[in-house]
Amino acid sequence: MGTVQRETPIASFESHPSRYRHWKLSFDGAVATLAMNIQEENGLRPDDYLLKLNSYDMGVDMELFDVVTRLRLEHPEVRAVAVTSTIPRIFCAGANILMLASSTHGFKVNFCKFTNETRLEIEDSSRHSGLTWVAALNGTASGGGYEMALACDEIWLIDDGNSAVSLPEVPLLGVLPGTGGLTRLVDKRKVRRDIADVFCTKAEGFRAREAVKSRLVDGSFPRSKWDAGMADVMKRAAAKNPARATQGVPVPALTVERSADGTEHRYPFVTLKVDREARVAHLTVKAPTTPAPADAAALRAEGCNTWSVQAFREFDDALCHLRFNLDTIGVILLHAEGDAANVLAHDAVVLGNKGDWFADEVRFLQSRVLRRLDNTARSTFAVADEGSCFAGTLFEMALACDRIYMLDSKGVQIHVGEASAGAFPMTHGPTRLAVRYAAEPSKVGEVLSIKQAIPASQAMDLELVTFAPDDIDWDDEIRIAVEERASLSPDALTGMEQNLRFVGTENCDLKIFGRLTAWQNWIFQRPNAVGDNGALTLYGHPERPKFDFRRT
Amino acid sequence: MAGIDYEQKIPNNVNLSSDVRLQRALEKWQPDFHKWWMDMGPDGWQMNDVYLRTAVSTEPGGWAQFGYVKMPDYRWGIFLSEQEKDRKIGFGDHMGMPAWQEVPGEYRNILQRIIVTQADTEPASVEQQRQLAKTAPSLLDMRNLFQVNVEEGRHLWAMVYLLQAYFGRDGREQADLLLERRSGDPDKPRILDAFNQPCPDWLTFFCFTTFADRDGKYQLAALAESGFDPLSRTCKFMLTEEAHHLSVGETGVMRVLQRAAELTKQDPNGDARAQGGIDLPTLQKYVNYWFSYCLDLFGSEISSNAADYFASGLKGRYKEQELWADHVALEGSHTFKLFKDGAFVEEQVGLRNAMNELLRVEYRKDCERVVKRWNRALEESDVSFRISLPENRFHRRQGIYAGQHFDPRGEPVSAAEFERRKYEWVPSDEDRAYVGSLMKPVYEVGKMANWIAAPNRGIDGQAVEYEYVRV
Repeated sequence: MGTVQRETPIASFESHPSRYRHWKLSFDGAVATLAMNIQEENGLRPDDYLLKLNSYDMGVDMELFDVVTRLRLEHPEVRAVAVTSTIPRIFCAGANILMLASSTHGFKVNFCKFTNETRLEIEDSSRHSGLTWVAALNGTASGGGYEMALACDEIWLIDDGNSAVSLPEVPLLGVLPGTGGLTRLVDKRKVRRDIADVFCTKAEGFRAREAVKSRLVDGSFPRSKWDAGMADVMKRAAAKNPARATQGVPVPALTVERSADGTEHRYPFVTLKVDREARVAHLTVKAPTTPAPADAAALRAEGCNTWSVQAFREFDDALCHLRFNLDTIGVILLHAEGDAANVLAHDAVVLGNKGDWFADEVRFLQSRVLRRLDNTARSTFAVADEGSCFAGTLFEMALACDRIYMLDSKGVQIHVGEASAGAFPMTHGPTRLAVRYAAEPSKVGEVLSIKQAIPASQAMDLELVTFAPDDIDWDDEIRIAVEERASLSPDALTGMEQNLRFVGTENCDLKIFGRLTAWQNWIFQRPNAVGDNGALTLYGHPERPKFDFRRT
Repeated sequence: MAGIDYEQKIPNNVNLSSDVRLQRALEKWQPDFHKWWMDMGPDGWQMNDVYLRTAVSTEPGGWAQFGYVKMPDYRWGIFLSEQEKDRKIGFGDHMGMPAWQEVPGEYRNILQRIIVTQADTEPASVEQQRQLAKTAPSLLDMRNLFQVNVEEGRHLWAMVYLLQAYFGRDGREQADLLLERRSGDPDKPRILDAFNQPCPDWLTFFCFTTFADRDGKYQLAALAESGFDPLSRTCKFMLTEEAHHLSVGETGVMRVLQRAAELTKQDPNGDARAQGGIDLPTLQKYVNYWFSYCLDLFGSEISSNAADYFASGLKGRYKEQELWADHVALEGSHTFKLFKDGAFVEEQVGLRNAMNELLRVEYRKDCERVVKRWNRALEESDVSFRISLPENRFHRRQGIYAGQHFDPRGEPVSAAEFERRKYEWVPSDEDRAYVGSLMKPVYEVGKMANWIAAPNRGIDGQAVEYEYVRV
């Protein structure tokens, strides 16, 4: 049988409300309504699959990512978001199965990771931006559809005798509800684990009455009372938190120049340059060249064009390109160029104005991008050499890397700043500095108290960098390290890095990546899912799956 | 409720008197059913004697005992056709294995869903038709309506028996929900759309029993092939009753046609409406509407659910054993004519995924036979008008032609043209209002409303002039 698996190159990760194909976003004062309106013939590979029943693919999720970004930055007046559907009786059927079955393993994993990151961002906006997300399930929410609802603060399900919530992945597809479903069920909503067990093996799911009883949803209304009931719910949800501001800042499109052969992406502050043969990417972030805004108002006036936003958005975009479109690149060398003082000055206005809504949003955005870096399945080495400026937020980027190489030479310095003091927690909570000093927590404070630039020898003493070769050894050390790294098994490296990066205890978010996604990625490789007789392969085909029933 | 004589009260061949678990389930459900019947069954006439047929056993003759009954006293029974010894699963991946006498755990949920979906249509149609007696064109028709209604009630019992006997607590809950949903209720609608449409007049009733109940026949026939033996046996027995409903519809439409032909000839301008009848073009529009609507009931032409049902041995094809040689159906394909980007293209689909369509093909053949009989009657009435079925593509809301526009011959038309010409093809509000205006009750023994011809013969050998309902 053997389904053909195709690559899905993604030309751009950006979107704009004027170009949304699959979502309808409308505003009524403090309440935004985000309605899924998926155009089935407008998938990324329309010849391979149709996005039936509001099922989604990466194109749909990129728009959702854009929605969340804009709600946070452009719409501080919004306090509650209703997520619903324009299709009668169907909320969302989750990720499109034919799309998954006809995608390469790498694409599937990246797609799932991106969708997970977007769901986490929804929760982040709830936690930090005071947005209350309400899933208004006006029809059946199955699989990823219910997982989308699980990412919201509240879930309401229409009680029409038909509509249900379900996670049918295990019984129907032989895979997991991998977009946080299993984790949020028990860890976030505290559904009793035995009830969750029953729910996750019952393909048709639970309808309103049972769903309310089992805490799968928060409440329900019959069809005739649905509109009025949800209007009340939204009013109450909007009253939970004060509006952040009345006026937002626009999110402009990024500008990027790409070389014809696709090996170079030049953004104003970020450059991505790949060497396909060596399987190495050079990812360079430039320090700001203009003075930092004087205060919060000036920062707001610069809006998304301020370095702290623009450079991080560019970096984020470059990471997505690396993940989706440059899958043979194994090692990312992170460079930082420019004037460290400018970085620190820009950081200072962001971090020094906690409580100002925009300064806060900038910080949350930077934090999210740093987490995307933590979660990128490539080997990452920060390279601090002549002219580098790993200071503040850029040093935080270096701390996110698997190793830091620092040239032991006069004038090469790093600078630990306020940015490492707690503004940018990792996915599982602790700061990158705390993770670094897991063995000696007292060192965190010691390092943070150093206000001046740190040269290589001191950085080695403080255990802030991995290696500090001098200029005689430098080129060779870097070359050999990269060549060696690029030669190792990419699978083993992914597993190894993910295990080493997240030091400390697990939380719900980390479980989604570290447990759910990891198991999912294993299952995605197994014959019971993707073999010729696997459940995912045969979904929609006339044959039924044949399992290898041996368990470990 | 101790000491009930179950055999007397609930005719059955499932050993009810010795099945304590089933007794307990039914004890709770039966009063709810009666309450539902009083609330949602025929509006009025519940205390009148109706000349009804009751099934009291599965013996020849036992399923058709005629006599006067007040509907609430009707003995709704539970019957399965006789068990076939050593029956084997006849198709799909489990072919040749012994038929399941208990629910296989692997298929519990989908089997339950299949049964609930089928079961839900039974009370739904009773609800849809509950006002019709008020405008019955004759006592014989009123009696036929009630006969259909009580038997749909019995079919509900049959399905509820399966849910209660084989699906545990969940099945019992589903049985309760069958009595909670209401046709057309925005909050608790019936599962299938066609069963939420009102049935406001007798022409609709006759079309519904011709076309929607015929869908039922084909669904039951496909389930009669099921590897789950109790379902198979239940459906086989239900099919005998369903045949009567189909004939009520077919002869009903036929009598309207005959009368329409007569009135057309009588009228100097050949206009049956001028003579207070239903004209043939209007009838054609009702046929177009209901036939196309009922095609949707078969589900999407290309369906992985249908493939699953077949693969797992739960739902077969029409006359699986007689009409087909290959019961695995992994080889071969069905060719669909899709309309894409302004042109028809053919697409091959594996047989299993085309199961809904294969059933629809048989259904259409059957409907063509019905239309042939209607046209023979028109021929005998000496009018040139002939009824025809629209192409399967016409006016579809589900499946591969949904959202596209075709005329009744199946030729593509633009959305604008469809909108403009729609009421040449399906009844307009005006047509419906006109038909509605004719619906005046006739309760005099042997008399017929002006718009419908008398039947050739009465019920159970009785004359047409018989007091089928004691008013």
